[in-house]
Amino acid sequence: MPRAAVILALILHLSAGPLAAQDAARELVVEDPYIELHTGPAQVYPVFYVVERGERVEVLSRRTDWFRIRAPRGQEGWVSATQLQQTLQLTGEPVEVPGFTLADHADRRWEVGALYGDFGGANVVSLYGAFSFTENLSGELWYSDVLGRFSNSQLLSLNVVHLFFPEWRVSPYFTLGTGVIHTQPKGTIVATVDRTDNAAHVGVGVRTYLTRRFVFRAEYKTYVVFTSRDDNEEPTEWKAGFSFFF
Amino acid sequence: MESRVLILLLTKALVIASVSGCARFRAAEEPPVADQAPVIEPELERREIEIAEIDTEDFELGLYAGLMSIEDFGVGTVLGARIAYHITERFFIETALGRTEGEETSFERLSGAAQLLTEDERTLSYYNLSLGYNLFPGEVYLSPERAFNSAIYLIGGVGSTEFAGDDRFTLNFGLGIRIIPRDWFAIHADIRDHIFDIDLLGQEKTVHNLEAHIGMTFFF
Repeated sequence: MPRAAVILALILHLSAGPLAAQDAARELVVEDPYIELHTGPAQVYPVFYVVERGERVEVLSRRTDWFRIRAPRGQEGWVSATQLQQTLQLTGEPVEVPGFTLADHADRRWEVGALYGDFGGANVVSLYGAFSFTENLSGELWYSDVLGRFSNSQLLSLNVVHLFFPEWRVSPYFTLGTGVIHTQPKGTIVATVDRTDNAAHVGVGVRTYLTRRFVFRAEYKTYVVFTSRDDNEEPTEWKAGFSFFF
Repeated sequence: MESRVLILLLTKALVIASVSGCARFRAAEEPPVADQAPVIEPELERREIEIAEIDTEDFELGLYAGLMSIEDFGVGTVLGARIAYHITERFFIETALGRTEGEETSFERLSGAAQLLTEDERTLSYYNLSLGYNLFPGEVYLSPERAFNSAIYLIGGVGSTEFAGDDRFTLNFGLGIRIIPRDWFAIHADIRDHIFDIDLLGQEKTVHNLEAHIGMTFFF
């Protein structure tokens, strides 16, 4: 029993230190004449409290560009990123809020996105994941669901994308790829069978950095589907959508 | 019992005294060095706040249940899952997966024997990718002391529905309300229309399939 008590006492004694340090690390000092606490994480929510210059606030969590903070007297509310940037760290240095800027966009590694458009007259919904090898060059894996009037197809493809001006907000790109397409005629069409063919494509597109992690992209691709029949199919595709990077 | 508590407290006091006491004792033992340079050692404790390390809660993951009407095929219980990402205070993207079961058409019921679809084909499942807009962010008052944040949102997007043996391109749009009792937890109520073309009954027509559901989500 005494040994257990000693261990317990030690744990109690030691644990008090690091925890207190962690809390202090999340504290900021208000530098503006005051900062406003909103009741919710949006500009439309009313301001219910203000914290004056020189007072300390504790940052609890973040949602989009809003931070939930605790005032010295315990009130909890939401402060915008712009106001949080007007606070100082305990060291006296200004706070930097990472906003995922255009520079972050150029340095991105991974990206996922969803696009919608038209594939040879049918609707197409696509999902993709991308990895950037350099600022200009990235590899992409696409899955597309082509939903037509007479048949449905699933397309899986690998792309190489060359972005011409990665540092620009709006930049054109060139893409080249290959894949497989699986086509099933609809139930009401008779005497046809499912088929799987290889396909290759070439395309151009444009991407626009929007805000935070978000990018809008639109592209046009022309495909060659190597069918087992006499003629190859050459559908064209255009689509647009959003992607986000991290 | 009391003696045990006493031992515990005494031991803790002893440990505290010994640890801090020793430190003080050692500090006192060190001889003061006069010609040490620099005079003031700027030992700044780095207490920088890493905003990037603050817990961001932009994702919302949850389940929902409700009723979905399949045009000509009655009403079924719908179950689904959704994940959303909040881009700004107003916009979010959401993807959802849902599943319901169609009933018999009036024709099938009246004719007795004729079946338009097999049991398997009567299952409807859908996925969609949608963009949402928090139209009316606000608060819901439960009492003068208690208010929860909420938002009425518009949502719409594209996707695919598998029904009657085929995948069909589907548009969806609707209206919902999100009530946030805790910062990490929300309750949703949604009304959604799923629109697709179907030629099952001879002629191609556009069908509207209305869904109403309630659900809960967790922010992370």
